[in-house]
Amino acid sequence: MSEKAAEPVAMIEVRNLTKAFGSKYALRGVDLRVMPGESLVLFGPNGAGKSTLVRILSSLSRPSGGTVHIGGLSLAQHADGIRRYLGVVSHAPLLYDSLTAEENLHFFAGLYNLKKPEPRIKALLERVGLYARRGDLVRTFSRGMVQRLAIARALLHDPEVLLLDEPDTGLDPQAAEMLHGLLSELSGRGANSPGPEHSGVERARTIVTVTHSLERGLSIADRAVILANGRVVFETAAHDLDAAAFRRLYDQYVGGRGAGPAGDGLP
Amino acid sequence: MNFWKAVVAIIWKDIRAELRTKDILSSVFVFALLTVIVFNFAYELRVPSMKMVVPGIIWVAISFAGTLGLNRAFVIEQDKGSLAGLLLAPVDRAAIYFGKMLANLIFILVVELALLPLVMIFFNLSLITGPHLLVLFLGTYGFAAVGTVFSAMAVSTRAREVLLPVLLFPVLLPVLVAGVKMTGGLVDGASLSEMGNWLQLVALYDVGFTVVAYLTFGFVVEE
Repeated sequence: MSEKAAEPVAMIEVRNLTKAFGSKYALRGVDLRVMPGESLVLFGPNGAGKSTLVRILSSLSRPSGGTVHIGGLSLAQHADGIRRYLGVVSHAPLLYDSLTAEENLHFFAGLYNLKKPEPRIKALLERVGLYARRGDLVRTFSRGMVQRLAIARALLHDPEVLLLDEPDTGLDPQAAEMLHGLLSELSGRGANSPGPEHSGVERARTIVTVTHSLERGLSIADRAVILANGRVVFETAAHDLDAAAFRRLYDQYVGGRGAGPAGDGLP
Repeated sequence: MNFWKAVVAIIWKDIRAELRTKDILSSVFVFALLTVIVFNFAYELRVPSMKMVVPGIIWVAISFAGTLGLNRAFVIEQDKGSLAGLLLAPVDRAAIYFGKMLANLIFILVVELALLPLVMIFFNLSLITGPHLLVLFLGTYGFAAVGTVFSAMAVSTRAREVLLPVLLFPVLLPVLVAGVKMTGGLVDGASLSEMGNWLQLVALYDVGFTVVAYLTFGFVVEE
C-alpha cells in the first residue's frame, strides 16, 4: 500500500492550458483544480482571459495546448458526454428571440432529453420571476429578464457544474439579489432549498464564476483566483477573506492592467 | 438525446420561429421574384425564345435568393448567441447540422413552390411536373447541404454577407450547371432518362457533400 494518500479527484482539472488567437495568447499555461461542490470565483481585468477560459471549459472553444478534465473525463475526448453535466450562463443569452420563454425552455429540455419537463420549467420560471411572462416572446423582454431566463435555461437539466461568465450582467439590484441567493443555494450556502424535484439544490454544485463584483463574488466563493495576462497570478481560499483585503491584493497583482473588480460601490 | 429527435427539435424550432417572423421566407421570396422579373425584362427584347433562358433564370434566382436565406438562417442563431446554446447541448454536432440544413431546405423549397406558378405565368411554360420537381429538389438539396456549412463558417466573420457567396458559388457550380442542363432538357421535351449523367452527377454531389458536411461541421462551428 502506498504511503502517499490518494489525491482527491477534482471535478474540474485544467493543466497547462493555452489558447492563442493567431500570434496573440489569451491563456498562457493556466493550471486550476476545482473540487466537487467547490465554488471558484475568477477575477481579473478585461482581457485577462477569464471568458476564454470559461468558453474552453464549456467546450465552445478548443484549447491551443494543455488539457481539461471534467468529472475525470477528458474534454477533448468526451465533450458530448460532459456537456450533459454543464450549465452555462454567458454574456450572450443563448436564447431565441422569436420563441416564448416557455418555448425556449421546452426546446432546450428536449435537447437535454428531459422527460416530462413541465414541472421543472414551471419551478424555474417561478424561481427567476418570469412565470407570469412565460407565454411572451423573448424579444419583448428587457435585458435583465432575458438574463434571468438565461439562468433558468442553464439550470434546466440540473447540471453538476455551473460555468457563469458575469451572470449578473444587465440585472437590476433586485434580480441580482435573486441570482445571488440562487447561487448561494446552489453552492450549498442557502437556507431555503426548495427540494430536489424543483431547483435540485440538495447537493452543492461545482461552480466557476467570472465576475467584476468583488463583494458578491467573494460571498459565494470557496476559492478566489486572480487571472491577469492569461495567467493565474494569485489564488486563495476565500473563507475569512474580507473585500478590502482582497482589493489590496488585487491591486497589487493586477496593478493598472485594465478595469478591476467593481467592488459593489467601492471606488 | 436521440440523434434524429434532436434534428426534428431543431427543425421545428426554426419553423416555429420563422412562422412568427417570416424573416427568411418573405425576404427570399421577394428577392427571387425580383430576380425573375428583372431577367424577364432584360432578356425579353433580345432573345428569340424565352424558353432558351428560363432554366438559367430559375437557377440563378434560386441560388441568389437561397444565399440570402442561408445568411439569415445563421445570423438569427449568431446574434443572440443561440448557436452557442445549441453547441452547449449534449447532442452530436452533426445533428445540429442536419437540423439547420433540413430547415433551410424546407424554406427554400417553400419559396420555390410559391415561385414556380409565377414563372409559369411569366414565361408560359409548364414547370410543375414530376421530373421538374425532382430536379429542383435534388439541386436545392445540394445547395442547402453545402450552403449550411459555408454559412456556419461565414457567420462569425465580419464580412459574412460577402464571404458566403464568394465561398459558396465556386463549389456550387457542378450542381448549378447540372440543374440548368436538366431543366433546359425538360423544357425542350426531353425525358429525365435521357439526362442520366447529369442526374447521377447531382445525386453524387448531394451524397458526397452531405458526408463531408457531416464529418466537418463540428470543426467549422468551434473556435
